[in-house]
Amino acid sequence: MSRVFVHGLGAVSPAGWGVPALRASLKNERPLPVQSLARPGWDKPLLLRIVPPPPLRPAFLAHPRLRRASPITHYAVGAALEALGQDADLIRSGGLRLGIVTCTLTGGISYSRRFYEEVLQNPATASPMIFPETVFNSSASHLAAYLGSSAISYSLVGDAGTYLQSLAVAAGWLDTGLADACVVIGAEEPDWTAADALRLFDRRAVHASGAGALYLKTLRPAAAPVELAAVTDSFAATRAPHRNEAARKMRAQLPVGAPDELLCASECDNPAWNDWPGELLTPMEILGEAFAAAAAWQCVAGCDAIQQSRCLAANVSITGQSLQAIAARFVHPNSLKTQTRTQP
Amino acid sequence: MLFPPPKLPQPRRIVVTGAGIITAFGAGWKINAEGFRSGRTAFRPVTLFDVSRQRCKIAAEIDLPADLPPNRLSRGDLRRLRRASRLLLLAGAEAWNQSGWTPDGRLPLVLGTTSGEMCLGQEYLRQALQTPLDFKRQAERVTHYLVQQQGINLANALGVEGELITISNACASGANAIGHAWQLVRQGRAERVLTGGYDALCHLTFAGFDTLQALSPTPCRPFDAGRDGLTLGEGAAVLALEDLSSAQRRGAEILGEILGYGATTDTHHLAQPHPEGSAALAAMRAACASAGVTPEQIDYVNAHGTATPQNDSAETAAIQAWAGARAATLPVSSTKAGIGHLLGAAGAVEAVASLMALRGQWLPPETSLQIPDPVCRFQIVRQPVDAKIQTALSNSFGFGGANATLIFRRCL
Repeated sequence: MSRVFVHGLGAVSPAGWGVPALRASLKNERPLPVQSLARPGWDKPLLLRIVPPPPLRPAFLAHPRLRRASPITHYAVGAALEALGQDADLIRSGGLRLGIVTCTLTGGISYSRRFYEEVLQNPATASPMIFPETVFNSSASHLAAYLGSSAISYSLVGDAGTYLQSLAVAAGWLDTGLADACVVIGAEEPDWTAADALRLFDRRAVHASGAGALYLKTLRPAAAPVELAAVTDSFAATRAPHRNEAARKMRAQLPVGAPDELLCASECDNPAWNDWPGELLTPMEILGEAFAAAAAWQCVAGCDAIQQSRCLAANVSITGQSLQAIAARFVHPNSLKTQTRTQP
Repeated sequence: MLFPPPKLPQPRRIVVTGAGIITAFGAGWKINAEGFRSGRTAFRPVTLFDVSRQRCKIAAEIDLPADLPPNRLSRGDLRRLRRASRLLLLAGAEAWNQSGWTPDGRLPLVLGTTSGEMCLGQEYLRQALQTPLDFKRQAERVTHYLVQQQGINLANALGVEGELITISNACASGANAIGHAWQLVRQGRAERVLTGGYDALCHLTFAGFDTLQALSPTPCRPFDAGRDGLTLGEGAAVLALEDLSSAQRRGAEILGEILGYGATTDTHHLAQPHPEGSAALAAMRAACASAGVTPEQIDYVNAHGTATPQNDSAETAAIQAWAGARAATLPVSSTKAGIGHLLGAAGAVEAVASLMALRGQWLPPETSLQIPDPVCRFQIVRQPVDAKIQTALSNSFGFGGANATLIFRRCL
């Protein structure tokens, strides 16, 4: 199996456009301000954290394919282009076959909701321009079109942990030569239906939106190298009583940890990590619940911490809302730790 | 560990040891094989939702069996299963039983769908809009609407545990799922995988295709000169994949071998293929390269063949560019002529149809074809016919430019 290195990071989040904004908000350790969103027929507004407008309108929004696209595509493309950096030109020129994996739970939910509302009013007049944008793979398609990339692309749908599964999918493509490089994107968009649905399960949760991206290759980068060291198995956590056991099995596949390592977790109180000796970061408490995008932000935050020399390794742990417990481990390649935890 | 996976000295050969299918022809291998072989059509007026204000009023609806096969779901779980989950469970149980597998060890599921249990999303939104203060059953609707829940239901029904991957690459989802599962076992990242695709008819999707005027008001006629659109259907198909030596060791019946897989992205337009089918051509070539075969070695092409003017002309261009001189004698048909376009299930159902043709040594005809499109230089199968075929290629293309091709070989 080829080694897999992180060549770029991208983030569009309630903290703003770009990894520096994400880094600054996480460093600040204070939850970002909450906005309210009207729910039709209900006095109480729903709470969410939305992505602020970019300081400058991104040039990519002028592309014909992106003009009508929904916010999830704007976020996904923004994060991906930041992660790809100068390689975007190489991809456009045909010099690099880019595999694209996008992950989402709710997909283009705002257009899906809008289109179905139109169908309920009168199906004969529902907009044919909106419907194609409702498919889960619209973001990946628009990104591929923007980059002129005709290589393999998957859109995976599932809970937050699906983002970590996607890293393994991309690693497989790199290993078998299906792609020269891969960008793995987690993205979600704001909509009152998603915020409303989330509230049904957790009244304290704040819905958020945005995207995160990791750009992967098998070549070791010259500067600020980060290596994908592991993605654990996915352990079923579909029912609440099983979640702690699933998380324990997931943790058992990773090294025990060290004080100079970071844990980026989807929750701060998972018993599987009670004995974690290093720093703990829970981006969701600051940014909100954004499912696949939140998982991507966790990975971006972990890799960024290694690049910024804040730690030598970062574990990303996700106990998803409805599917799985799964984790990934990123390391500085010079400090590759192979120690694995003994099963209790 | 999903990464890094164990390293194999060389890729494995992957065979299918179980297959389950449900379409408008019915549930199970036998009735579907008879339907595909005879060129039956299964279209009728839509009864699942109101289509009175829409241009198209027909689809290939399924009469769901009253009973589900024996499974491990609780009475409460069974009560909550809706149409897409039931379709998937019916196909999954058939594949599982045929495979002879037991629920020990980890078993990844790799599934494809476009809309999961969209009917519940529709119910959720209708209730939220019409009676906004009524939250009764809304949480249940959300849980079972989520795309992963149908896979979770199947895993729980069979009593298996392992990674669940759901690929939503529009109408190529089922083929992408099978191709990805094939790669997982081939590269040693899994010992066996249950894979396939499913989609149930729902109003949102039906109305969506209708607004695009992509639906024909009459039963679809792929590759017909007068074709005017697709007809939607619903269904599911599931395959049990394992490596050849494992299947031989346990004396399993082998339904066929998956030889190759290719996947590409068409960047031309979100909802239309490149007129020359360039990405489709690249997918077919990639599948042949991974299979180690040439077009001369392909005995039958199960085309994507939706019967929209754009798809069929682009696919025709792709097939003819790929096949070259072989095109003149190459049998091609689209099984959508009988059961409609099954969206996320299409690639998986058509994979099973291809395996049926290879096992039975016949070609699936398009009996509703009236005047073949004169640009088609290949042989469109129009009548039921027996044939000696060893290798079949199946195309699946979708919105967003998702293109996937699978290649199957007969196993004696």
